[in-house]
Amino acid sequence: MSELRELYQTTILDHNKKPRNFRVPEAANREADGYNPLCGDKVRVLVQVDDAGLVEDIGFQGSGCAISTASASMMTEAVKGKPVSDALALFESFHDLVTGPPLEEPLLEGVGKLAVFSGVREFPMRVKCATLAWHTLKSALDQRSETAKTE
Amino acid sequence: MSFDPYLARRDFPILERTNRGQPLVYLDTAASAQKPRAVIDAISDVYERHYANIHRGVYELSEEATRIHDGARETVRAFLGAADVREIVFTRNATESINLVAATFGRANVGPGDEIVISGLEHHANIVPWQMLCQEKEARLRVVPVTDAGEVDLEAFEKLLGDRTRLVAISHVSNALGTIVPIREVTAAAHERGIPVLLDGAQAVPRFAVDVGELGCDFYVFSGHKLYGPSGMGVLYGRAELLEAMPPYQTGGDMIESVSFEKTTFQPPPQRFEAGTPDIAGAAGLAAAIDYLNGLGLDAIEQHELELTRYGTELLQQIPELRMIGTAADKTGVLSFVVEGVHPHDLGTILDTQGVAIRAGHHCAQPLMERFDVPATARASLGLYNVREDLDKLAAAIRHAIELFR
Repeated sequence: MSELRELYQTTILDHNKKPRNFRVPEAANREADGYNPLCGDKVRVLVQVDDAGLVEDIGFQGSGCAISTASASMMTEAVKGKPVSDALALFESFHDLVTGPPLEEPLLEGVGKLAVFSGVREFPMRVKCATLAWHTLKSALDQRSETAKTE
Repeated sequence: MSFDPYLARRDFPILERTNRGQPLVYLDTAASAQKPRAVIDAISDVYERHYANIHRGVYELSEEATRIHDGARETVRAFLGAADVREIVFTRNATESINLVAATFGRANVGPGDEIVISGLEHHANIVPWQMLCQEKEARLRVVPVTDAGEVDLEAFEKLLGDRTRLVAISHVSNALGTIVPIREVTAAAHERGIPVLLDGAQAVPRFAVDVGELGCDFYVFSGHKLYGPSGMGVLYGRAELLEAMPPYQTGGDMIESVSFEKTTFQPPPQRFEAGTPDIAGAAGLAAAIDYLNGLGLDAIEQHELELTRYGTELLQQIPELRMIGTAADKTGVLSFVVEGVHPHDLGTILDTQGVAIRAGHHCAQPLMERFDVPATARASLGLYNVREDLDKLAAAIRHAIELFR
């Protein structure tokens, strides 16, 4: 049962119920679709990157489980206002957080609020749920046109 | 003979283990059934005492292995009520059986403008091989619609049958919803027009007695692993005259009559369709599974699972946030549902932490999910070893999930 609380932390449940930035940013200039063929989760990430290479605005659309919805929601909050390079680096850290051994300082501090996803590592089948939005963000920022997959 | 599921549970060693620290409640038999000791022992016994390659050796061991392998074919014949042992082809699973028919019977009999009829209930294994064949041959795939209850629309089915229909390929029991398709009506309508019928029996043979003669089908396929037997072992039943007219599938050893560099002639069925060394121990395991089920009595298992399906349906319907998907009057073994506010994948994980193993997803039936306008469902499926307490735990775990997500 503690594993379960560890996975479905209050913050995650809250973001699932009230996803932040669940909208289409008006001035979005990058976007990508993500799809998890195993469960059918779909997400679209839309980003407005300004001339200085900052994530000026970001939003997402789609439907999925609590882990994927909360992850998309918290991702938008985490990268908004950051340089694109920082957003991509954060994806690396996040990926380590949900797949690797427990993070230590200073890496743990780097992921900030996203640390609530550390419980995912106990559920390997759910890693793809947690990373779908991030893969999709990367596709959008890389300006790739094809659908991002978690495979 | 009375069937006691509590007694039968003792035949399944895996049921003694835990799942995430909780007693295992296995409710995913439609994906794959657990194995009784008799099956595990039969496989070990082949490797420990009787193993050699078959149909070749002139020594005692090879004769024993051949006898076991060929004996398994007779066991399957009797199990399906087939007329002749030559009508039983061993494959890897139901998927391969369907692919075999598509690649041989299909390629030989389907041409441009012809049609193949399937239903909206089908598993991807009974969709994609026909779709590929239709693309290759410029033929057309016709799909019988499914009603709101998850039943095949028989009126629409009859209307889809025509001069160009070359085959009807349909599930006996739906893997995603548990609907039992009224097969005799399907075969009667098809045969009236001279159209052969393939039945996907993967979900049917573990649940009730099947007789291919009574059903009047031309092909019947199933997987050993869903029948409490080993994985990697499947069956294709084909009416003798159809099999005899079919070209080979894979080619190689054991399926030839004679080979020269100029020309090869092939064995008659079933060897023609079984190239290479088969799964010898797997055949023994499958035969042991059939013997085991016959010992318990398939009619008793059917009654038990029907009773549990009814009990589980009533229990789940008491949960206000839960909606059953698939409410056919005639269904068995499968409880598919969605819960308001809890995605099936989250539900699957929450249940997992309570020891309850269910499937969450599209069940390899994406078109059917589309039909019901859900991305996925949670599916609890029953086996002969399930008891009411398993369903009580399922219902309690679902209520817990709803509470957690409130």
